[in-house]
Amino acid sequence: MAEVLVYVDHVDGAVRKPTLELLTLARRLGEPVAVALGNGAADTAAALAEHGAVKVLTHDASEYADYLVVPKVDALQAAHEAVSPAAVLVPSSAEGKEIAARLALRIGSGIITDAVDLEAGDEGPVATQSVFAASYSTKTRVIKGTPVITVKPNSAAVEAAPAAGAVEALSVSFSAQATGTKVTGRTPRESTGRPELTEAAIVVSGGRGVNGADNFAIIEALADSLGAAVGASRAAVDAGWYPHTNQVGQTGKSVSPQLYIANGISGAIQHRAGMQTSKTIVAVNKDAEAPIFELVDFGVVGDLFDVVPQLTDEVKARKG
Amino acid sequence: MSLRIVVTVKYVPDATGDRHFADDLTVDRDDVDGLLSELDEYAVEQALQIAENADDAEVTVLTVGPEDAKDALRKALSMGADKAIHVEDDDLHGTDAIGTSLVLAKAIEKAGYDLVISGMASTDGTMGVVPALVAERLGVPQVTLLSEVSVEDGVVTGRRDGDAASEQLQAQLPAIVSVTDQSGEARYPSFKGIMAAKKKPVESWDLSDLDIEAEEVGLDGAFTKVETATERPARTAGTIVKDEGEGGKQLAEFLAGQKFI
Repeated sequence: MAEVLVYVDHVDGAVRKPTLELLTLARRLGEPVAVALGNGAADTAAALAEHGAVKVLTHDASEYADYLVVPKVDALQAAHEAVSPAAVLVPSSAEGKEIAARLALRIGSGIITDAVDLEAGDEGPVATQSVFAASYSTKTRVIKGTPVITVKPNSAAVEAAPAAGAVEALSVSFSAQATGTKVTGRTPRESTGRPELTEAAIVVSGGRGVNGADNFAIIEALADSLGAAVGASRAAVDAGWYPHTNQVGQTGKSVSPQLYIANGISGAIQHRAGMQTSKTIVAVNKDAEAPIFELVDFGVVGDLFDVVPQLTDEVKARKG
Repeated sequence: MSLRIVVTVKYVPDATGDRHFADDLTVDRDDVDGLLSELDEYAVEQALQIAENADDAEVTVLTVGPEDAKDALRKALSMGADKAIHVEDDDLHGTDAIGTSLVLAKAIEKAGYDLVISGMASTDGTMGVVPALVAERLGVPQVTLLSEVSVEDGVVTGRRDGDAASEQLQAQLPAIVSVTDQSGEARYPSFKGIMAAKKKPVESWDLSDLDIEAEEVGLDGAFTKVETATERPARTAGTIVKDEGEGGKQLAEFLAGQKFI
């Protein structure tokens, strides 16, 4: 059976959920071989084996943390040469897309980014993408070289599928370009204790109608009652009410949760581009004419300052 | 010595318009109004600021696209760029990201550069990989997705805000930079700028000027193939209620029915 390379996104050995989703998709195409790099690489093996990795290729070097992107491209290229896979799958983070693109160019392959589904086809993997602010769905194939495909979070379920997960050291020699861009400082994000926005099953967002940074507390309270991530529209972020890392939309994060709750968000194309593929959408907005109501499964026309706290109380009461 | 800055820009269908696909499954550029990609305005802005802070600098805007793409160049020139290069060739129709990076890399080399600045992604394709591809082709550092950028003594530094951490980056020129929409509001062209732009030089190059063969680009040269494009069915109309004191409870009832609580 053909092998499929899966690039592992992990933090000091803790594998992030989108990588486990990639293993589910990789098993549709062949036998997943994971590539884990940097500090804690070998510690990823147990989780990867549990979800279907037959092999885990690991390599640690200070270059991965000290220089941008290129050392990881060098390593993935080494893994590609060692394995000759049927496809290379990479999580669709900003960095993941850059790594994948440079790898594709080096190995003479085409690249597909931001796939939301992947299936085996007669002529290689077929990727589903959601384009033009999710108004179209396309099916695309790589027609030259080894398909290199980046996949968005929440595109597949995490499935247990125990496999060997044998750890093997990957031999990597860094290219002349590897040390071109130095990382001279790194400030980790402060943890909010909430789920990662792109990975969350439920996202609660606030927009212009929230009307102030302090008022985001009621959005956060609803999110916490549901165990959800907090998002914000561009209007709220531009106004300085909430950090840009939480922005949902074309120039922020694109999310596809099971449930998306839009509060005080009109639903401009900028925002819709980032949340339109959510499974269930609900909205609270004062303006009955707001375009967000065209998308919703359930909408409440009303003042979010009345509706949201009542909802939060009700959720808490029902959860006991 | 003069600091040569090349800004890559893209002419895209207006995202607020009704975008769709042409019969050959390329982006339909005829039926929708086009404009300079909003995200590229941030690149033009940062290029102008860097040029203003340098002793001597020249900002060249570069685009690859059909005849109408001149509008995007004109906008950048009216914001304050010094000159423009338009790569236009019928054989470019349907070029993918890999092919686009080839054309850009060749054009950037021909133009001469110390610093290339791009937007974080186009607003139509939204891949966000072209700056990394151009850096790979030119063999120079990629310093991408910056929310803050500055250039001093031949070194570019900037802040890249990632999911897990915010990173400070540094590289020697020549380098490829891309900037996000957090890098700073783009200026509006002044009336004087708009008038001055009409006199600024716009060079036109085709594939032969760049020593690129037709089969390396276009739909035939593409590394990927769109098999189908289907308009997403409109979401079925949901239930809308007016809050008359029980809106939050009604919403909770709906969520409970969907097993979310």
